[in-house]
Amino acid sequence: MKTKHIDNPLTSQQVVDHYFLEHRAKVIDIAAFLDRVDRAGGMVSLGTDHRMAALYEALDVLSDWRGDRAGRILAIFSNNGAELTRSAEGVKGATGAARKEGQYL
Amino acid sequence: MKYIDPHIHMVSRTTDDYMRMALAGCVCITEPAFWNGFDRGSVDGFRDYFLQLTQYEPKRAAKYNIEYYSWICINPKEADDPAFAREVIAIIPEFLEAECVVGIGEIGLNKNTRNELAILEEQIALAAEFNQLILVHTPHLEDKLKGTRLIMDAIKANSGIDPDRVLIDHAEEHTVSEILDRGYWAGLTIYPNTKCTPQRATDIIEIYGRDRIWINSAADWGDSDPLSVPKVRFEMQQRGHSEELIEKITYRNPIEFLGQSERFTHGIEQYDCVKI
Repeated sequence: MKTKHIDNPLTSQQVVDHYFLEHRAKVIDIAAFLDRVDRAGGMVSLGTDHRMAALYEALDVLSDWRGDRAGRILAIFSNNGAELTRSAEGVKGATGAARKEGQYL
Repeated sequence: MKYIDPHIHMVSRTTDDYMRMALAGCVCITEPAFWNGFDRGSVDGFRDYFLQLTQYEPKRAAKYNIEYYSWICINPKEADDPAFAREVIAIIPEFLEAECVVGIGEIGLNKNTRNELAILEEQIALAAEFNQLILVHTPHLEDKLKGTRLIMDAIKANSGIDPDRVLIDHAEEHTVSEILDRGYWAGLTIYPNTKCTPQRATDIIEIYGRDRIWINSAADWGDSDPLSVPKVRFEMQQRGHSEELIEKITYRNPIEFLGQSERFTHGIEQYDCVKI
């Protein structure tokens, strides 16, 4: 991977000061969404829905301290299968997460 | 400060948007042919759309002192029926002669099917035959990574295409590095929910540099924002980036890429552009 880094003029402290509240809110949004799923009852969970499984896998990336979190999370949601179907008839939309081979739903 | 939005679907926008864009500094746009929200039922439906892109919309933009260019193709979402798509491809060459048309686009993939790939390859060949620039639509969400690679492989397979004359749009953090490494231009689309935010686009510029990247709104009939490009400019200003860098990303880089088409004349006297 070739990178041509341009310095971010902000210090890390300035980045936190500028963006913290916005991203605090986004984390709470995710928490409230997961609570909403729980309160709705039923069977949908990370064990039964491929999107929720991918979401939980992505959440682990947030705190693993390995960098390139955005790129790695996008890769988790991506379909990496080699197969190509003939037609998109009936499946023109995207669900936001790839269904892994042998995975539920 | 003036800017270019090099990918926006003005047929889906109101004249109020032209006014707001002009007030924000927009001086030039390019509009790719795309999926209008429903599948058209006839070749004549496409012909009317291409006429709108080459005759009507340039005049509407001119009322707001915005220079207008367009791209012609059949989009990947309507390319899944190869027989129908080939009928549409047959009428494309006559529109490539319009003075505002700068290339073939936005071609690409939607669900990464064999049918879509076949039509993509045929439109790549058309671009090579008519020496046209290419603007690529990459798939959404979970299909983007695989689709971006399939598209780049398909372009590489056609030896008549120089990657420097291809812009691969809707890039994100997991695709931009590979696009640039393979010699293509990368487009960052600022779009609520499904693509980049102004903050992430600025992050990508900081990581991958100032060359062969442009910013666009791809604003259309969906949840989108025709003022996305100035919002990226504002984000970069807030971080303290230089006006020179901001101008390069949002004005000079589009001119550098689009200036490779003899049809594109906006601002080229100021910059060295290699014409086809």
